[in-house]
Amino acid sequence: MQFFLEVLIGGLLSGVLYALVALGFVLIFKASGVFNFAQGAMVFFAALTFVGFQEVLPGWTGLEEGGSAVFWLAFALALVSMIILGILTEKIVLRPLVNQPHITLFMATIGLSYLIEGIAQGVWGANVRGLDLGIEDVPVEWLMESSNILVSKFDLVAAGIAGVLVASLALLFQYTKIGRALRAVADDHQAALSIGIPLQHIWVIVWGVAGFVALIAGMIWGARNGVQFALTYTALKALPVLILGGFTSVPGAIVGGLIIGASEKLAEVYVGPFVGGGIESWFPYVLALLFLLVRPEGLFGEKHIDRV
Amino acid sequence: MFYREAGQFKASYQADQQIFPIRQDRVAVWALIVFFAAVVPVIADQYWLKAILIPVLIFSLAALGLNILTGYAGQLSLGSAAFMAVGAFGAYNFMLRIDGMPFLLALVMGGLCAAAVGVLFGLPSLRIKGFYLAVATLAAQFFIVWALVKFPWFSNYSSSGVISTQEISILGFVFDGPTSKYMLTLAVVVVLALAAKNMVRSSTGRAWMAVRDMDVAAEVIGIRPMRTKLIAFAVSSFYCGVAGALYAYTYLGTVEPEGFNLDLSFKILFMIIIGGTGSIMGSFLGAAFIVLLPILLDNFVPSLLGDLVSSSFVSNFQLIVFGGMIIFFLIVEPHGLARLWQIGKEKLRLWPFPH
Repeated sequence: MQFFLEVLIGGLLSGVLYALVALGFVLIFKASGVFNFAQGAMVFFAALTFVGFQEVLPGWTGLEEGGSAVFWLAFALALVSMIILGILTEKIVLRPLVNQPHITLFMATIGLSYLIEGIAQGVWGANVRGLDLGIEDVPVEWLMESSNILVSKFDLVAAGIAGVLVASLALLFQYTKIGRALRAVADDHQAALSIGIPLQHIWVIVWGVAGFVALIAGMIWGARNGVQFALTYTALKALPVLILGGFTSVPGAIVGGLIIGASEKLAEVYVGPFVGGGIESWFPYVLALLFLLVRPEGLFGEKHIDRV
Repeated sequence: MFYREAGQFKASYQADQQIFPIRQDRVAVWALIVFFAAVVPVIADQYWLKAILIPVLIFSLAALGLNILTGYAGQLSLGSAAFMAVGAFGAYNFMLRIDGMPFLLALVMGGLCAAAVGVLFGLPSLRIKGFYLAVATLAAQFFIVWALVKFPWFSNYSSSGVISTQEISILGFVFDGPTSKYMLTLAVVVVLALAAKNMVRSSTGRAWMAVRDMDVAAEVIGIRPMRTKLIAFAVSSFYCGVAGALYAYTYLGTVEPEGFNLDLSFKILFMIIIGGTGSIMGSFLGAAFIVLLPILLDNFVPSLLGDLVSSSFVSNFQLIVFGGMIIFFLIVEPHGLARLWQIGKEKLRLWPFPH
């Protein structure tokens, strides 16, 4: 039972990280109908930019290396980079492709992911870097003592950050003017345009927010596994979360992430040994697939109505 | 002036039902086949045959397979490399386990294995559409590669699933040099490409296109979506499977499951984007483009910039150019190289008197 709980909690916490990446997908898909395959590359780009600035800033400004000033400055600069990336994407890639079929836009984002990966490594180099957020990756003591369950402090903090992020995004969507505009655009592009919502600005904002989410996700993943090319594969982890939760739902991304994270770890531990292990790579997909057979639009996705 | 069908009357059913109804097309296709079968093996050296022409042909076949599924039947798939793997390992096992298995039959059997697996993973397409389906096909990609690694039976208990292909011999003739392997690949590709060209204008092909354009409407006019989609998955996977078997037997000789990864699937997807979705011709153009581009970049960037750049720069530069190209093509010509060819033909029809 203890072991089961440990695996379950570990899975849920890593599920939160999947949800974080999936969130970036959902934001962009909701607002612009673009299935942004480059989200993984954006996570990589953001993390690499952050670490890169952290390395070069002490040399440029004379700030103390590893200090909090460098940390926040690097964070701000990385955020600005992500926003610039979003603006450029909107201007160079999305605007010329307006009114193209969704599949074309999807393929364009695959191209975009190659482009971003190339640029990121071209600018900052391809070597693996460590990222220190100042949170220790050790078991939480009181949990350890009271119920003998190993839960990493780092995972808890990461889950906390993700939770705050999701809550603030939900508030942003629900209660601000920008949020209203975003929801209007998500609902119907043309109707939103006709009442004077500037579509282009909205897209820039959405890509900017997605960049911010990518930065947070990249920092957490990067602190966990090192900032390296493998970060781009987080997108592949997020895809089953996405189809499970539905492409258009923020809560879906969270719930989907939790389900995928928990079931993946449980399957690896309890089913994996019987088939030779390593089933983590495909199990989430098969799970999502089976789920889709029952509900083709995902958990919280909008029901698809076909008209002839 | 040169490309004009005026005056070519179809006087028999046979003439009406030819694959290429216009004489110029027929001449051009025959000329191409003769050129690649008779002239190229003589003038091309070993490197060209081995490193460029054979992979271009094989990837053309794989792209053709994906094009049937994505371009004609409208079902986006990100798992084509996995179906190639099934074909390769299928053919390998038939050759290995059945004594005196003829190579061509093993090739077909490999393709059929891939088709069977393709139908299995195509089943969700009956309920899932669009991006959901694209992500679902990733399940095939990861599952198949995992299964080939994890179950050593598939690779005859070799370490980490690497297989070395057997010798190819047909009716006592051993295909060992690049030239003979090239000829074999060419023959298979030509036959399958003509079959595909024929298929897409048959009732099956028209059903695919109807489902692609609007599946509900297609259903209303009496096309069975389940049958149509599953046939598309089967045929597409068959082509990919045969391409995979050729990839193992005539190109690399030694393959491992991990070689058929998601990157390869994307590569094949790019081939059909750049070549043109829904075009047989486009599959060939796209494959040639994607295979040649890295080779060109590899050879020209260092010589252009001298020793200024490191090899890591070149590989990043390749990524950037690759990604940039794809975006550029989608913006400038969403219908791909095949569309340019189409425009060229229309211009030729009027040339030199456009008015």
